[in-house]
Amino acid sequence: MLRSLRVLLTKEFLQIRRDAVILRMLLVMPLLQLLVLANAATFEIRASDLWVVDQDRTPAARALVDRFTATTRFSVAGYSIDSRAGDDAMLRGAADALLVIPPAFERDVVRDRAATVQLVLNAVNGSQAGLIQSYASEIVVRYSAELGRTRLPLRRAVGTGSEPAPVRGQPVIDIRTRARYNTSLDYQRFMVPGILVQLITLIGTLMTALNIVREKEAGTLDQLNVTPIRPAVFIAAKLLPLWIIGLVEFAGGLVIARVIFNVPIEGSVLLLLVGAAIYLLAALGLGLWVSTVSDTQQQALFVTFSLMMVYLLMSGLFTPVRAMPGWVQGVAQLNPMMHFISMVRAVLLKGAGLAEVWRQLLALGLLGTAMLGLAVSQYRKRTV
Amino acid sequence: MTIRSAAPAIVARSLSRRFGSFTAVDRISFEVQAGEVFGFLGANGAGKTTAIRMLTGLLSPSDGEASVAGFDVRTQIEQVRRHIGYMSQRFSLYDDLTVRENIRLYGGIYGLTDAEIAERTTAILAELRFAPSVAALVRSLPLGWKQKLALSVALLHRPAVVFLDEPTGGVDPITRRQFWELIYQAAARGTTVFVTTHYLDEAEYCDRLSIMVDGRVAALGTPSALKAEFSVPTLDEVFVRLARGPATGAVL
Amino acid sequence: MTTRFSSVGALRAFMRKEVRHLLRDRQTLLILLLLPIAQLLLFGFAVRTDVSQVRIAVVAPSPGAATAALRTRFEHSGRFRLLPPLLHPDSLDALFRSGQADVGVVLEPGLSSRLAAGVPTAVLIVADAADPNTGTTMKNYASAVVRDWVASLGAAPGAVQLATRLRMRFNPTLESVNLFVPGLIALILTMVTSLMTAISLSREKERGTFEVLLVSPLHPWQIIIGKVLPYLALAMANVATVLLAAWLVFDVPFRGSLALLLASSMLFSLVGLALGVLIASVTTSQLAAMLAALGGTMLPNTMLSGLIFPISSMPRPLQLVTNIVPARWFIEIVRGIMLKGVGLTILWPQVLVLTVMLLVLLTLAIRKTSVRLA
Repeated sequence: MLRSLRVLLTKEFLQIRRDAVILRMLLVMPLLQLLVLANAATFEIRASDLWVVDQDRTPAARALVDRFTATTRFSVAGYSIDSRAGDDAMLRGAADALLVIPPAFERDVVRDRAATVQLVLNAVNGSQAGLIQSYASEIVVRYSAELGRTRLPLRRAVGTGSEPAPVRGQPVIDIRTRARYNTSLDYQRFMVPGILVQLITLIGTLMTALNIVREKEAGTLDQLNVTPIRPAVFIAAKLLPLWIIGLVEFAGGLVIARVIFNVPIEGSVLLLLVGAAIYLLAALGLGLWVSTVSDTQQQALFVTFSLMMVYLLMSGLFTPVRAMPGWVQGVAQLNPMMHFISMVRAVLLKGAGLAEVWRQLLALGLLGTAMLGLAVSQYRKRTV
Repeated sequence: MTIRSAAPAIVARSLSRRFGSFTAVDRISFEVQAGEVFGFLGANGAGKTTAIRMLTGLLSPSDGEASVAGFDVRTQIEQVRRHIGYMSQRFSLYDDLTVRENIRLYGGIYGLTDAEIAERTTAILAELRFAPSVAALVRSLPLGWKQKLALSVALLHRPAVVFLDEPTGGVDPITRRQFWELIYQAAARGTTVFVTTHYLDEAEYCDRLSIMVDGRVAALGTPSALKAEFSVPTLDEVFVRLARGPATGAVL
Repeated sequence: MTTRFSSVGALRAFMRKEVRHLLRDRQTLLILLLLPIAQLLLFGFAVRTDVSQVRIAVVAPSPGAATAALRTRFEHSGRFRLLPPLLHPDSLDALFRSGQADVGVVLEPGLSSRLAAGVPTAVLIVADAADPNTGTTMKNYASAVVRDWVASLGAAPGAVQLATRLRMRFNPTLESVNLFVPGLIALILTMVTSLMTAISLSREKERGTFEVLLVSPLHPWQIIIGKVLPYLALAMANVATVLLAAWLVFDVPFRGSLALLLASSMLFSLVGLALGVLIASVTTSQLAAMLAALGGTMLPNTMLSGLIFPISSMPRPLQLVTNIVPARWFIEIVRGIMLKGVGLTILWPQVLVLTVMLLVLLTLAIRKTSVRLA
């Protein structure tokens, strides 16, 4: 039995080594995808185009606009007195946000110590609009706090550019904020680990499925099926090479993530590799299952891509799982990719150890065993 | 009909296979004696390949019984597999492996020792006059060579029965003759040969023949007995008479 | 006159064959009709970016009335789920690492006494920003609550009230599904047009039936039209299903002109079909055609079109690349029509780009097909 495993393994490695297409698929495609996706898959908000509708045209109004342009979050796309020009700009897509400063803004600030500005956002992309809104609100709040703390008469203070020293003696609570684990809010740090997982999943699943279905198409699978090889030996010989390749690619991907994309490796690499080893069982098991339900490579490709789409969208790679409705979150628990992505992110970015990620590891182990078990039980040497 | 002393190598009794409402093989029964070269003839779609797939354990029978090399194909399929060789219609070696690698692979799968593999590799290469091509990828060999190599590999573990499904398709007449010499050598060593073919001249080489029409065995016997039965001079005419339609077949 | 008549007749016969092909393969047809709905449901339910149920831990070394008030504020905000109170900031770490907390609010020891004595104190808001946007959003939500709390304690500096009146245009409820439906239409159209035509044509090439068509008296463009029209019909049916399902299930608004949307969908479909024909004519096997269609149309139309990832977020060179991705322009059109309710006066540049793309691709595709004839 060990002997037949050995000769089959030799065959698999020889075939992989000789196939230029497979080699390219294994080496070049993932690297290319990693490089493109790492740059394309980002929700980072660069400077938003702000259109200012200044109906007040006073030093106070200008000071407020200065507070906006002083940050890197906004760049002024245009000024107008009339709000219609701003409207147009937004419809054309030239403005993401509209800041409307009403007439008598300065007068209200000085006289009533209260005024209102209007912020209009292009909310087609809701989450982005939400963020831009919070940035803008923060600027307005800070400006009002600045005005509140000043010792100058308001009439003079409203137009100044610098932040005056706070008044002493009053009880003051200073609110500070800190973004942890990704202080620079770098999207690549967050996305690259997930993309890496997606790549080894696609490679592992697709390669397994195509590899077996190709033998079906060529007729060599029948030839093997009339021999006394045990299904378990055949499957082990098919999966072992791809399992090793998957692990090597994962390790290589980690190096690229570290060197090219500056992704920190806070936690244990060994823990990650153990996780990948378990996770790959689930990915390869899925590929094996696809191969049992497909007769042609085209079908295998279709089935794999459809499954990948569900996998990806429910994995938390692009959008947080916790934003999904409860029942979808329940379904997502069955997605091994979801568990592994969350584990890889936690270990890489937060330095989580076994104590923090054992749940994910356990889930991966269970799902991997279940998938591989299902696929192996589906595999038949004889058509019923 | 040559009767041999040993138990029959292949027995089929009312063996049937249905795909949905279509009956591909309809209650076929026959026996093949050990060491016999048994020809399995029939038009395209007559059910030859389906029958072979059931006998080799690639397809479950819907009904009936069959045994190969003394083992039941329903219940003892793993023992059956250990005692048979198979060469399918489609060329079935790995064309991205070399000649030697293919031989090693199948030798290893059937549990031959390294010494046995080495010895038989040398024998095969000598027999086929392949020695210079041993390190060539199978893909690069001419079709006739590939077929001869596939047959040798199917016989590598000295199986009791070998199934050849249209082994000479697309091969030139000279190579076909060499191929049949290999078949006779195997039979002489005691291997039972179960072979399907389109070529009626090849059918003449068989000890006995069965001709399938629409999933049934329409005729069974030695080539000369069949010609006598239909009172025609050639197997060709036997075949045409049978294949003309179920009505004709029923009358006969 | 007669030759012209027979050529039209031949075209009709040929198209009848194509439709029959499409209808006969029930399984594929069913998949093609149901897949869009499945995808819409998947996108609608799974792809959400709304941040809700933020798990927050308050670290209060010396709990008192003020900290209790803060906890109550978080509880009543509707956005937060309060975790059990912590006494020491160090315990936050484990919660963050195991992903059990999203935000931590750390108060200083002796907060109440400091407040009473008028000594300045600080509140630290820490957010798990591994996911930068979600992290920032959560941090800002928490800041707003803390700010209100500070104001209620009378500890806010100054008293100038600058209010921001907010208007979320085009998508006031910030529904993610409103963002994705237009993109989804692009994705589905790409699949039905580019991918399916490329595969169907290359299959004919592989089987040799395409040669038979080429030696027939049909003109190359007639062959292409015959191949393409049934898929165009299918594509339009898909647009209708997705729009209907989006409206019924997710209540996605439709503000602009339906006619313009259908016309531009038709235009985009034609671009996709031309790409499919082109891919089939330059590849030699079904598998190669399939991979080329996936890599050359599906992938860019998903990843570089603004469907999921905003183009404005990409690095400059990649932004330039998106200009040649047809879906980018189509998605702008669909979002414009559905969500902004704008018309051709604003969307003409996008329509123009797609038209130019169509003409270029069509010329290439016909030339490639004709070359084979020669």
